Amino acid sequence: MPAPQAVVLGCSAGGLAALETVLAQLDPALPQALIVCCHTGSSDVGLFCELLALHSALPVAEAAERHPARGGVVHVAPSGYHLLLETDHRFSLSIDPKVCYSRPAIDVLFASAAAAYRERLVGVLMTGANHDGASGLAEIRRRGGIAVVQDPQDAEAPSMPQAALDLAGADHCLPLQQIGPLLNRLCLP
Amino acid sequence: MDSTDTELEDIEVELLVRALQRRHGYDFGQYSPASLKRRIQQLAHTQGDGTISRLIERVLHEPGFLQVVLEGLSVPVSEMFRDPPVFRALREQVLPVLASYPQINIWQAGCAHGQEVYSLAILLEEEGLYERTQIYATDFNESALRQAQEGIYPAKEAQLWSRNYLEAGGRHTLADYYSARYELIKLDQRLRRNVIFANHNLVADEVFCEAQLVVCRNVLIYFSDALQDRTLALFRHSLVRGGFLCLGTRESLDFAPSAKDFTPVDAGLRIYRLGGRSAVRG
Repeated sequence: MPAPQAVVLGCSAGGLAALETVLAQLDPALPQALIVCCHTGSSDVGLFCELLALHSALPVAEAAERHPARGGVVHVAPSGYHLLLETDHRFSLSIDPKVCYSRPAIDVLFASAAAAYRERLVGVLMTGANHDGASGLAEIRRRGGIAVVQDPQDAEAPSMPQAALDLAGADHCLPLQQIGPLLNRLCLP
Repeated sequence: MDSTDTELEDIEVELLVRALQRRHGYDFGQYSPASLKRRIQQLAHTQGDGTISRLIERVLHEPGFLQVVLEGLSVPVSEMFRDPPVFRALREQVLPVLASYPQINIWQAGCAHGQEVYSLAILLEEEGLYERTQIYATDFNESALRQAQEGIYPAKEAQLWSRNYLEAGGRHTLADYYSARYELIKLDQRLRRNVIFANHNLVADEVFCEAQLVVCRNVLIYFSDALQDRTLALFRHSLVRGGFLCLGTRESLDFAPSAKDFTPVDAGLRIYRLGGRSAVRG
């Protein structure tokens, strides 16, 4: 099975701490693009990126419209826009209506990434208080990608990972502390 | 849905785009595929019994269905004074320059439901420039244009918009410009007195006015590189030398050759001026 080309991560309530944990445990040699959608509620993710960068093993940057998703970089969805992947692995933005009361929405990122990377994608869904990401994760599995869900019992807000398990199921369901090491195993040859 | 089904869906999207073009002359072939596909999927849910093939059939055979599709495929989401720092910069940096023109023409391209048109009109009113300004507000979506002219919006938006207005340097309160009734607000129709609403499709139509300012925010994000570049060239030809262009705050010009003709006034806020630095000076 060919190695994944990208990892998409979605989270909401409690997401900053969860991402800090996962990104801190990543191998700095990961060649994949990592793409994050987190409902922050703020109007600018600049500060959010700075906070993540303090912990992350890989550089963190806001995803830039039309620019390609780059390997070894954590790209963060900008506030107020949906973030999508085109089939040439470049970023698109949209101001289409909110999905699950959210823009950016995890479902939008995951579904477009699933179409762009097909089976060479890992989707990670973590703590959150609504059901965003469940249908996107199902789409990733339909296209042959790998679904990773944080164990709801371990999540600060369990409803999002639980909704994903109920709708999409998962290839891996595990506590936060084990997600980073799992990604290293899945992504490094 | 297995992988064959998802490939089938890709084929259906292509065929629908082709049907719209051949049957009705609307070309969505140059739209960014990811968002277009998402919108088509949603239309299939609401209008096509779940399948895109049914949409194609209706597009080909049902009179009047085109309008439904166009509404579904266009971008009607905005808010008044979205990104307040942009409107503050327009107020403080752009309008003082426009004030030197005896007649000011502004083209709002892709005006959708008109929230930004009214925002601009309020800015101009408060800066004492509105009497000599003509705003051309265009969109390819007739129904959005009609709603823009009515200026009626859900009252639940008013709180956010009022906050935006003040952050953008508003001199009064936004409530001075609308009346509220039940669940709706209606913008003061005097704000419309110097606005011409017109149907214009950035994909197919040409230059139609000479403007000192073009505002086109979060429209080009839906276009391919080639169509984005073509549209920027259209704006360049529509602008007077030294004229201003205002785009959405997350739009990238890094893949558009035509962008070389524009110099940033405030790169972060995506406000540009036509002409090199030497042309802009003075």
